[in-house]
Amino acid sequence: MKKGSVTKTKSIIPGFGMTMGITVAMLSLLVLIPLASVLAYSFRLSWQEFTELITRPNVVQAFVTSIFCALAAAVINCVFGVILAWVLVRYDFPGKRLMDGMIELPFALPTAVAGITLTKMYSNTGFLGRALERAGIGAAYSKTGIIIAMVFIGIPFVVRAIQPVLEKLPESLEEASTMLGASRLKTFRSIIFPEIRPALLTGFGLALARGIGEYGSVIYISGNSEKNGTQVVSYVIMQKLNAGNVDYEGAAAIALVLLIISFLMLFAINIIQHVASRRTNA
Amino acid sequence: MKKKSENVVKWILIGISVVFFLLMLVWPLFEVIFRAVADGWETYSAALTADNTVSALQVTLIATVIALVVNTFFGVVAAWLVTKFDFRGKNVLSTLIDIPFSISPVIAGLAYIMTFGRSGWATPLIDKINELLGTDISLVFSVPGVVLATIFVTFPFISREIIPILHAQGKDEEEAASMMGASGFTIFRKITFPHIKWGLLYGMILCTARAFGEFGAVYAVSKARGKTFTLPLEIDALYMAGSSDSITQAFAVSSLLVGMAVIVLVFKNIVEYKAKKKEEE
Repeated sequence: MKKGSVTKTKSIIPGFGMTMGITVAMLSLLVLIPLASVLAYSFRLSWQEFTELITRPNVVQAFVTSIFCALAAAVINCVFGVILAWVLVRYDFPGKRLMDGMIELPFALPTAVAGITLTKMYSNTGFLGRALERAGIGAAYSKTGIIIAMVFIGIPFVVRAIQPVLEKLPESLEEASTMLGASRLKTFRSIIFPEIRPALLTGFGLALARGIGEYGSVIYISGNSEKNGTQVVSYVIMQKLNAGNVDYEGAAAIALVLLIISFLMLFAINIIQHVASRRTNA
Repeated sequence: MKKKSENVVKWILIGISVVFFLLMLVWPLFEVIFRAVADGWETYSAALTADNTVSALQVTLIATVIALVVNTFFGVVAAWLVTKFDFRGKNVLSTLIDIPFSISPVIAGLAYIMTFGRSGWATPLIDKINELLGTDISLVFSVPGVVLATIFVTFPFISREIIPILHAQGKDEEEAASMMGASGFTIFRKITFPHIKWGLLYGMILCTARAFGEFGAVYAVSKARGKTFTLPLEIDALYMAGSSDSITQAFAVSSLLVGMAVIVLVFKNIVEYKAKKKEEE
């Protein structure tokens, strides 16, 4: 399919055929063909069976929970992500290097470890969880817990998306704006924000995509109760793979919907990046 | 007056950042260590030397090393293809390479089960190959399955890091070298590689971190504790056992992974620092 496409301008750099062959072969074998199996599996279902499987109350509820919590976490991450990136780029204070170096901890720390640790921290076995409980907030085993876990895994996406843009933004721009009499809020709104918007959207999209599909860090703190609506989509799929109540059709149907959501988001992120890069090149 | 209010805002923002940083990133690390050694040193070392833990460590290392080698090779080849040549469908190809990055790891596991599992369409094919070679290789619920799932979730990690660098570098140098008769491999080694060196290392570090920590994808295709479990799966099994002893053991094994995560972060910062210094030269 792609192999047959012709080079527009014939390159004199060697290796086109070989790299194309290897890339397409590995991509197909390791990623595309297995994913196509999920499609094939769900296409075995009739439309009625498919809609019946994905409109079951617990499935719909899982989608609502995953999307709602991922959205809430992504918004929270945008707020804290902008503050963190701003502080790291513009200010000097003791411990700044350490903070900058540890932003990616959620990428480096295995999700299962993060999951059980956050659960113990925020449930009544932990100092923080007990304090919150006394204040009337039950963080663990609720949607709040799911959002906490998703904030944890999503924060590096937003900070690392905005940081390079802020670094390139000259401070003189803000100074000029302040000197012309603009308030700090107005300077942020009309000078800084438009510059970081594409990066912020990218970070938001990546954090959201990660949150919607997240499994490891979420499943311990969520409590996975159908009654409380704390099952996430990944959990529902995984339940259908467990020995004893294997339901591959159901798993494939839910996975297909989740895949479509992910693709739409990937597509949106690519468009944002494309538009942003055109704007800066112009 | 103005100066003062500016300072107030500055310290408020720093304060918010520090609180968020301590609460969300630093505290969890100490929580793991604290809980790991809660029952004393002997319990801690016993948890780390348990048969299941040792086996899980081996499987984790195997999967990580293979995923790293495969994805490094793929990443370099794909980045070369995408940045040195113009062809139709290039954007589609780049998007397809990034797929594993944005889909749920559980789907990755599911995809392999539906390809190679009991009712998977490729299973008869694998059976044939096993029959021919006299082997008994299974691609799900086995160590190879764990390796495949790990490769899947880390697939784009390295190409993602090198492609922007090669884009920025352009292809003039390679074209000049090619005109002077250098072979493809020589061009790569002498011209391209020095440019991507740090980016490549950075991508490899991220790939390693994700590979040894992967949970969802591996969980779907690995069911035999002590045989095909990785460290995160062993932690899950200990934690879900629910007794306070086994939860302490889960945190003891977790402390191993925290150690690995800290090493990864230190490496990552060294590489970033070196890359920045090189840029400034």
